[in-house]
Amino acid sequence: MGRFLLKRLGLALITLVLLSMIVFSLAQLLPGNVGRNILGPFASQQQVDQTNHELGVDRPIVVQYGRWVSHLLHGNLGNSLEYQGSSVAGLLGPSLVNSLKLAALAFLICVPLSILGGIAAALRQGRVTDRSITIGGLSLTAVPEFVTAIVLIVIFGVVFKLLPTTAQAPPGSSFLVQIKYLLLPALALTAVLFGYIARIARAGVIEALDADYTRTAYLKGLDTRTVMFRHVLRNALLPTIAVVATQTGYLIGGLVVIEKLFNYPGIGQRIYIAAQNKDFTMLESGVLVIGIVYLVATLVADTLYSLLNPRIRYGAAE
Amino acid sequence: MNAVAAAAPVQPSEARVARRETVAALLRSKTFIAGNLIVGFWVFWAIVGAHLTPHDPLAQTSSVLARPFGHYWLGTDSLGRDVLSRVLAGATSIMKIAPLATLLGVAGGTVVGLVTGYFRGFVDDALGRVIDAILALPLIVIAVTAIVSIGASNATLIVVIGAVFTPLVARTVRAAVLAERDLDYVPAARLRGERAPYIMFVEILPNVLGPIIVEGTVRLGYAIFAVAGLTFLGFGIQPPSPDWSLQIAENYALLAGGSYWWTVLFPGLAVASLVIGVNLVADGLTQVVER
Repeated sequence: MGRFLLKRLGLALITLVLLSMIVFSLAQLLPGNVGRNILGPFASQQQVDQTNHELGVDRPIVVQYGRWVSHLLHGNLGNSLEYQGSSVAGLLGPSLVNSLKLAALAFLICVPLSILGGIAAALRQGRVTDRSITIGGLSLTAVPEFVTAIVLIVIFGVVFKLLPTTAQAPPGSSFLVQIKYLLLPALALTAVLFGYIARIARAGVIEALDADYTRTAYLKGLDTRTVMFRHVLRNALLPTIAVVATQTGYLIGGLVVIEKLFNYPGIGQRIYIAAQNKDFTMLESGVLVIGIVYLVATLVADTLYSLLNPRIRYGAAE
Repeated sequence: MNAVAAAAPVQPSEARVARRETVAALLRSKTFIAGNLIVGFWVFWAIVGAHLTPHDPLAQTSSVLARPFGHYWLGTDSLGRDVLSRVLAGATSIMKIAPLATLLGVAGGTVVGLVTGYFRGFVDDALGRVIDAILALPLIVIAVTAIVSIGASNATLIVVIGAVFTPLVARTVRAAVLAERDLDYVPAARLRGERAPYIMFVEILPNVLGPIIVEGTVRLGYAIFAVAGLTFLGFGIQPPSPDWSLQIAENYALLAGGSYWWTVLFPGLAVASLVIGVNLVADGLTQVVER
């Protein structure tokens, strides 16, 4: 198991380096002169050159990349171009926490619900329940988050007036009130993930139900309950757990749109505002943070998977 | 005698029979038919656009925010424009951009997938890592970053989405090529002295078309998803197009007042029906191809 995780960790590090290169080169596509963008059209060429020299943007690309990475490793994400003097790290940190709150609520609603849906569909394979969960889930997954969100707002916020249509609770609200405000955006994010996770869970359960060990368990006289919990679900849900973490990326992509729609101050909103204002230091760091969150989530899933799967736990698979 | 006659050269070739069976299976699939009906409806409106709509989708009138089910079936928006006409004409832009972006990604991905799957080696490994890195970022985040750098236009939108799709399609094609390259006909062609491009594009490509078509349909769904999201954020299709996501972006602030739901709900349902239609088609195709 140690070797398996070490290998995964190595791969994640390589991916991280590649990711930083992609993000860095995307930022290099920015048209125009950095010094000129900061100082404006009325600065003299000499001042522009000096600013460029101070920022180090007149050096070769490789040197710039090296400097950027070394700053990153020291936790220095630079200063926001838009909010002069505010450090990117100081602005991104609280936003990330807000986003994680929203994402956590979405996961808490979504994972149990979609796994139950997948199991129900598998047990009623080919019948109406199965078809409606499969097709309904597929449709929910396909529809963009903001569209689902609009439908949810119209139903719960406008027609029945049950839930608030913005996500930010008034300052000093209690925990439950905060959750009430986060419910609609979380539900919109849940809808996108539901179909996918349910589909994997369904496939896992169907495979396990067909397996020889399930038949053996029945034949040796175990009752349905024991067979389901000890033999079928245990095996069926392994791939589901592995897949849930890979959906983090998808979830964060949804956050950009959902946070804008509900006006929620998370990392997606930060990235959106940075993109709109061409605040490139902020954009670069925000994108990189998202990539890191995804890689960490994948690593956690791999660890969890190897802990649950005896074939990897005892090192037989590698 | 009859048996001999039946086995005569008029017998359709094996490939022809297989193709006819595939078509028959598709026509039996309810999901495939339903999906095609929905997509067909929107293709029709994307082509005829504003020519057949009851009102001009861009014309502003004095009856601002009229409620639906009156003179204007689906009401009017804050500028007095007819929502029904805008929903019908709103299909045009997205139905141009999403398929073109998908086509670009599928073409690029097919070439890259064939080459890496056939030759393998270093390029193959390197590409695998790059795909992992790209997958670590949500499509919408990559697209926003790239579009901010290059500037928003329909062409940018097509190129950026196509470029992000290329490695993703390449992975599917590569997997299909790996399964094919060890079958007898590939070494046979090589022994015959055929060159690599011929083997890849004339021998292997026709045999992996099934997975490529399925992948293309699935990608089309994602492309619509991406264009809609980017347009909503203001980085996609630009006004004054009556595009669905633009309509939502322009009017959703009215929802906070607790009313005027029709200006956003109907374009939202239009986007939803289109992506669901495309996904039903993809689902039907997948079930038939993977049979």
